[in-house]
Amino acid sequence: MSALLEVKNLRKYFKNKAGMLHAVDDVTFTLEAGKTLGVVGESGCGKTTLGRTVLHVIEPTSGDISFEGSDISNPTKKELKHMREQMQLIFQDPYSSLNPRMSVSETIMEPLILQGKLKKAEIRAETKKLMDTVGLAERFENSYPHELDGGRRQRIGIARALSLQPKFIVCDEPVSALDVSIQAQIINLMLDLQEARGLAYMFVTHDLSVVKYISDDIMVMYLGQMVEKAASDELFRNPRHPYTQALLSAIPSLDVRNKKKRIIMQGEITSPINPKPGCRFMARCMYASEECGSPQILEEDAPNHFVACCKYKTMTQN
Amino acid sequence: MADNILEIHDLAVEYHTDDEIVYAVNGINLVVKQGETLGLVGETGAGKTTIARAVLRILQTPPAKVRSGQILFHDQDIMKLSESEMRKIRGNKIAMIFQDPMTALNPIETVGFQIAEAIGLHNKMSRMEAELKGCEMLEMVGIPMERFGEYPHQFSGGMKQRVVIAMALACNPELLLADEPTTALDVTIQAQVLEMMESLKEKLGTSVIMITHDLGVVASSCDSVAVTYAGEIVEYGTTLEVFEETAHPYTMGLFGSLPKVDSDEPRLRPIKGLMPDPTNLPSGCRFCERCPDAMDVCAERPPDMVEISTGHFVKCFKAGVSVE
Repeated sequence: MSALLEVKNLRKYFKNKAGMLHAVDDVTFTLEAGKTLGVVGESGCGKTTLGRTVLHVIEPTSGDISFEGSDISNPTKKELKHMREQMQLIFQDPYSSLNPRMSVSETIMEPLILQGKLKKAEIRAETKKLMDTVGLAERFENSYPHELDGGRRQRIGIARALSLQPKFIVCDEPVSALDVSIQAQIINLMLDLQEARGLAYMFVTHDLSVVKYISDDIMVMYLGQMVEKAASDELFRNPRHPYTQALLSAIPSLDVRNKKKRIIMQGEITSPINPKPGCRFMARCMYASEECGSPQILEEDAPNHFVACCKYKTMTQN
Repeated sequence: MADNILEIHDLAVEYHTDDEIVYAVNGINLVVKQGETLGLVGETGAGKTTIARAVLRILQTPPAKVRSGQILFHDQDIMKLSESEMRKIRGNKIAMIFQDPMTALNPIETVGFQIAEAIGLHNKMSRMEAELKGCEMLEMVGIPMERFGEYPHQFSGGMKQRVVIAMALACNPELLLADEPTTALDVTIQAQVLEMMESLKEKLGTSVIMITHDLGVVASSCDSVAVTYAGEIVEYGTTLEVFEETAHPYTMGLFGSLPKVDSDEPRLRPIKGLMPDPTNLPSGCRFCERCPDAMDVCAERPPDMVEISTGHFVKCFKAGVSVE
């Protein structure tokens, strides 16, 4: 079966005064229809840029992207418009991503109007259907975003993203700004929608327990690079990269009796501007040695388990 | 009584706006023992921060108004102190770590100046001595003292939060109010900061009120926990009791809403609905509308706080009954 989305050697560099900022550096992955790829990493690791580059919201510096078998690396305007019907984005902050001067129904129907395929009455009916799908009561139709709470606002964002019946949605921290009880409601909604419509998600987040819950595969990013990728369960059971191990150990556990040992990393994320060729995690890694100074190659250590670290073999033997 | 550093009795705080009254905190009782870390958990708008601000007396009045209550710090009612007496306590004996390190620091003063300022205000020492102590504090939170003269924008988020912590701990406070100290930080940095707070607490013997919405943070750092909902404490007890003998439906709902790393449940069990409007609270149990086990009586009158086992309090009609 061919994959829905294939991304090869994707790079995005930003030029600034200090030099080249390597936001996304050589990322390769595939995503099948109806599946979820989780992307995790700390702030500044390039996970948001990755999601936006895939959608051509930001133009990639280099690399290949193909969607349903056709190459979309350098789309024309027309291709881009067609592509955007298939690929949508849900934003992190439901407070700033909605136009405060548009009512709920206006926000949701805007993509349908722009698409220009449906008649007015059909658009109105479709909007009602969408509101119902995401669990927004009809009485909110003429409300404005400021009158609604975070959970409902996020539902508007989801309805809008769904309006053109896309196959693929990039979800950029869709639940981070919400309280836990509301967060659970939205996660369940997203899972239901995936089941009903066969959606593929790229789920960008820093919350590891959420990502484990929702993803089939997980990609761990560090300073623009993919350092590890595996099936969700496998990654949590057998984390190989020292960074993944530290990241997993830092999740606060709910177990009151057995306080787990946290791996406390020294220092903080280093600068992504003109990075040195070697392992970017080296400065914080407790296993670091001279070999880490040379570029790290992503190896498939077990089926579908990729890791970019020259030390992981000797480490697991210890 | 002597080993209780802080006691809050029947605290109620309202915010008065032009056309309505927001009932933020409604009759809360809390006790913090010497050297203890108390977790204050709840969602946005549950009144957690208002409680902390009331303890420090930094509520903005108006619109805030303390309707009733006593706050005893070492058996002395804070509410009755004059402003100058309060100033001697604030920042000195009781200190606060604010939620957002990006906005808690003054952008046009060096971090060193900001730390030394607090030390100089509360201790009789020269500028020089205060700065020296400030350097020490920076080192203690793991920032090299060469960075004393730098400005907040030159620090990363995690480091800024450590500066804020250094500032709060500068005068060796007896009670530390930590308002979501790690919420704005990445998990790895959160782990660093929690670890650091723990070791500082052991070294200095500080009592802490840890305000958070993250039950994971509570599990790893608190001795006891108070779960707040719509301005009330609905469950209160040792962390062990509350986590393992969870009795209030809201607390259970919170646990059900959390994705667990080591479970394979196909769907989360969220709490349905939303928190009640604080300007128009229901007359019965505040959680009634969202409660899966609600009975008729729940909508009629609010339940009392029941002690279901030693030191474990629950505000629910079902609590204690189902145990029998």
